[in-house]
Amino acid sequence: MLADLSKAITLVWIVLFAGSAVSWFLVPEGTQVTSLVPGIAILSIAFFKVRLILLYFMELRFSPQPWRGIFEAWVIVAWAAVVYLYVA
Amino acid sequence: MPLEQVHNRIGIHFLNRPLAVGAPGPGTRRLPGEEGIWAFVLGDMLLFALFFGTFLYYRNQQPEIFLQSQLLLNKNYGAINTLLLLTSSWFVATAVHVYRKNNTVWAARFLAAGFLCGLGFAIIKVTEFTEKFRAGITLNTNDFFMYYFMFTGIHFLHVLIGLVVLFFIRRTALRTPDASGIRTLENGATFWHMVDLLWIVLFPLIYLLK
Repeated sequence: MLADLSKAITLVWIVLFAGSAVSWFLVPEGTQVTSLVPGIAILSIAFFKVRLILLYFMELRFSPQPWRGIFEAWVIVAWAAVVYLYVA
Repeated sequence: MPLEQVHNRIGIHFLNRPLAVGAPGPGTRRLPGEEGIWAFVLGDMLLFALFFGTFLYYRNQQPEIFLQSQLLLNKNYGAINTLLLLTSSWFVATAVHVYRKNNTVWAARFLAAGFLCGLGFAIIKVTEFTEKFRAGITLNTNDFFMYYFMFTGIHFLHVLIGLVVLFFIRRTALRTPDASGIRTLENGATFWHMVDLLWIVLFPLIYLLK
């Protein structure tokens, strides 16, 4: 059974967990003050995780164009828009 | 066009593989599932991108209210739910992977495990909503909570639909893998991963961002 598992899928799962942990510890506890740098980092980690899910779990890395490109574009545009609105 | 390329394009590899639909790979590019599910997923992702933007736009209008209201959220629930969905996605991706290798028993087990993680998410979400209502916090409390309930609520509906999908594709997974069975599992998995990735943005946006 173990031989049937995909190393890539499991590795991505570990990276996703690690990314979640980093975001968790970047949050200043109980504060009511905006802290821009951790905020941008947390948002960027989130969209990096989204990209990993799209490419590895949803297998877009082995998908033909334009599908892969459309979803990669969504990640970049949504990330840029969200960071812009956050900083603005 | 060479025959192999034709097969790659339509995702059929019956010449040298026992399965009618092979795993997508560097030399065998294909979109998992059907194009329809991907069009649907794209539409949903565009809608949620609008939600993200809307939330941040109104956050900029009333930063104090948003930051104070955020302190009333239980970050632990959100974090546990993130780990549950990520793990659920691992189970479901792995189920599709082993199903293509004819391992129907483990494909069904992994889908059941993915379903249980998703169910855990739903139970925690209901607990969280209930606690908020008991504390007198509703959609009408302020703009923060209106968007919190709307966006996490719409996402919660996706989770419930996803659970139904996982329940049914687990049944498919018990059948001998054929082209239609593999496509069915891929369609369901694609939808479930989308539910996961939308939460991956919603959680930091609503619960963590200062």
